[in-house]
Amino acid sequence: MTDAATAAPALSFEGVTHGYDDGAPIVRDLSLALAPGEVVCLLGPSGCGKTTTLRLAAGLERPWSGRIALDGVAMVDGDGGPGGLFVPPERRRVGFLFQDFALFPHLTVLDNVLFGLKGRPRKAARARARAVLADVGMADLARAWPHQLSGGQQQRVALARALAPEPALLLLDEPFSGLDTGLRRTVREQTLRVLQDTRVAALMVTHDPEEAMFMADRIALMQAGRVVQIDSPMQMHHRPRSPFAVRFFSEVNEVTGVVRGGGVDTPLGFFDAPDLPEGVSARVLARPEALIPTLSGETAFGARVVSVRPLGHETILLLGLSRPGAPEAEELPLIARVTGQPRCAPGDIVALQIEDSECFVFPDDGG
Amino acid sequence: MPDACAIASPDHRPRRLPGPWTWGSLLVAGLVALPLLAVFALAAFPHENIWPHLAATVLPRYLTTTLSLMVAVGAGTLVIGITSAWLVTMYRFPGQRVFEWAMLMPLAVPAYVIAYVYTDLLEYAGPVQGAIRAVFGFDSAADYWFPEIRSLPGAAVMMTAVFYPYVYLLARSAFVEQSVCVLEVSRTLGCGPWASFRRVALPLARPSIVVGLALVLMETLNDFGTVDYFAVQTLTAGLYNVWLILHNRAGAAQIALVLMGFVVLLIVAERMARRKRGYQATSTKTRSAPGVRLRGWRAALATTACAAPVVTGFVVPAGVLAWYAAERFSESWTPDFIRIAVNSLGLAGGAALIAVAVGLFLAYAVRLDGGRGLRLLVRFAGLGYAIPGAVLAVGVLTVLGGIDGAVDGFMEDTFGLDTGLLLSGTVFALLFAYTVRFLALSHGTLEAGLGRVRPSLDMAARTLGRTPGQVLREVHAPLVRGSLFTAALLVFVDCMKELPATLILRPFNFDTLATHVYQYASDELLEQSALAALCIVLAGLLPVLLLSRSISRARDWGTA
Repeated sequence: MTDAATAAPALSFEGVTHGYDDGAPIVRDLSLALAPGEVVCLLGPSGCGKTTTLRLAAGLERPWSGRIALDGVAMVDGDGGPGGLFVPPERRRVGFLFQDFALFPHLTVLDNVLFGLKGRPRKAARARARAVLADVGMADLARAWPHQLSGGQQQRVALARALAPEPALLLLDEPFSGLDTGLRRTVREQTLRVLQDTRVAALMVTHDPEEAMFMADRIALMQAGRVVQIDSPMQMHHRPRSPFAVRFFSEVNEVTGVVRGGGVDTPLGFFDAPDLPEGVSARVLARPEALIPTLSGETAFGARVVSVRPLGHETILLLGLSRPGAPEAEELPLIARVTGQPRCAPGDIVALQIEDSECFVFPDDGG
Repeated sequence: MPDACAIASPDHRPRRLPGPWTWGSLLVAGLVALPLLAVFALAAFPHENIWPHLAATVLPRYLTTTLSLMVAVGAGTLVIGITSAWLVTMYRFPGQRVFEWAMLMPLAVPAYVIAYVYTDLLEYAGPVQGAIRAVFGFDSAADYWFPEIRSLPGAAVMMTAVFYPYVYLLARSAFVEQSVCVLEVSRTLGCGPWASFRRVALPLARPSIVVGLALVLMETLNDFGTVDYFAVQTLTAGLYNVWLILHNRAGAAQIALVLMGFVVLLIVAERMARRKRGYQATSTKTRSAPGVRLRGWRAALATTACAAPVVTGFVVPAGVLAWYAAERFSESWTPDFIRIAVNSLGLAGGAALIAVAVGLFLAYAVRLDGGRGLRLLVRFAGLGYAIPGAVLAVGVLTVLGGIDGAVDGFMEDTFGLDTGLLLSGTVFALLFAYTVRFLALSHGTLEAGLGRVRPSLDMAARTLGRTPGQVLREVHAPLVRGSLFTAALLVFVDCMKELPATLILRPFNFDTLATHVYQYASDELLEQSALAALCIVLAGLLPVLLLSRSISRARDWGTA
């Protein structure tokens, strides 16, 4: 197992279940593995168990059952009965970056970073602390107190503090949500650079799909306590495995139909469905980018423009697709996204082209 | 999925053994609860049951006296506390800013001390009656009428004079928290100032006022020095009688149980009121009242109404004690006095340290564990504050006596050694009783302090390599330093004042300032013990200063 290709995962969860007090479990039978140096984003709606997963990895919670290992060394095994294994957080060598940064208000910036370097010789600890502070560009403010720092500076100190003890794994709990939008982008880029420089494996929680796409080597999409899909951002985009995975990243247009002759016929046209059996009902999810309105051209669909929302670099169009034989009031509402300035006005009739690569067919289970 | 042989994941939390912090706090909270349980046990299984005898003879008298005293003190403190709080909050008049905190000063004077002082002033041989006789030329008590201070009404007046600040404090904070908008709305809806007070402000403040009243009545039940001196036969006085004169422990425990009945009612009332206090803040945007300026006779009346309780409850007793202490300084400042003062300081200091340590431990364990069971037990352990000192003393003696007996028996049987009383007749018993009684003070203060520390700081420290104990020492302790100090001070001062439990539990020939004052004053030698009494009062001023500082800070905050 010493071969780099088969190196133990930086973090692994096997069948982990956990909840709080006497409630129903929040994390259910969860399995997950991070390769060394990999950045994985836990993405999902609030309450899906993302933060609990992070706390379990840190040892801040002891799971009801399952196995958790860091670098192949078991940290948790069994359900906490006699003979069960549980390594407390202080002996796990994980860094944790909190949403509110959690800087100790009674310690200076330097002492905050030194806090995690307690076991080292004084001189080495100070040198290490100064080095990590320099890495995040905070060397000049080593003597400052946390309350004197801006939000972005606090975030950088918290990152330095978490990385100073050279953890095997860094856990980040929505680390940018406390910052305002302008700052968020810069801090995100800096953080990613620091993560790549230190080559530390990182597990980050976010509910922002764009953030996950930006930061992650792989995205673990969570729903109701389970990882429903884990893939690279591009695969996640091109090969979503469930309607949930499509819907979570953007608004979608949804139409249904019945599978006949290896495909499904819907108001938006015919879609291939080679994997679905004949006669089952199917649901087609078309991203807004899949609908390409053209003012001239030959397509089967004409849609009425209901409203136009210019966002600068792109434009959202709300459309109504009239179905043959149906009154105008029952037209199918659609949403389209086009790049650039709008070239149509409400009331115009536009022709729609459908880009198949942005449409996904799933069996329709009513959800 | 490699799940073929996996065990199905559980759908509920597995049962687990609690960790060391939970065990520790269960143990500590259990120890603290032990004296209370002992009282129950003693009362329920008496060796010689005198309950029928008690019920037939003295108990009805104890009950009526206690109830009358509670009603009188309750009514008196309500009137004085609410009036002064309303005046100080809503109006501006000469001295109003000073009265905001000065109204609290009588808290520094123990009820027994004020009782001794006023008896000294108002009894037949005292300066007041002496002056009356001199002015009118009376020869004897038969020539004129003068109220007897050493009576039930006298005791009620004494206690009202020093307990009303509890009502004042809670009523005032309720009035301050009320949004002035609510009052202004009621004015626009056609209520005059008096009707606004009666129909809006008072009902809104009622839960807080009930909390204050409950504290007053608990103190009333706890008082021993005053009722003993005035020969008012309350349940507490009766308990001493049965315990120390009839030497009937079970009977004392049974009276203690009746007392506890009252206390339980008060606690329930207080809890219910506290729960309702949440609804008190009607809007998040509170603007404090600007205050109506009073002029002329109205201003004079307001100043008098606020000055009278402060003069009665603090200025006169403190002044008299200071006068006596100065006059008799050379007689009072003796090696004996210094020894007694050191006893008091040492005991109160020791108890404060223990109570703070235990309170911090429990508050932190609850933070770590967070379970409902531990929370409940810790709350039960805090009940000592509501239990009269005399009842607690009975419980402590029962527990420690039991342990002493067991140890003595064991040593006698095994080694032929007679160990005698190891715990019950010692300072340990006092420290134990003080800790049980005042734990709620330190625990409550520290719980509030820890509550202000964000939980993410704990987690950050844990992931940076600290055990829970190290987190407490390196993160929480420095962050809640202020609360630690406040908690220690509150316990320290209450221990300095404590009389009923100290009287029962102190070792032979061991005096504190409080018992010293009690003994001298009972023998009508107040002047000789004035220095000791003054020391207690001065120590009692410390938390008043602390409270007044937080009041003025709240005011600066409100105007900022």
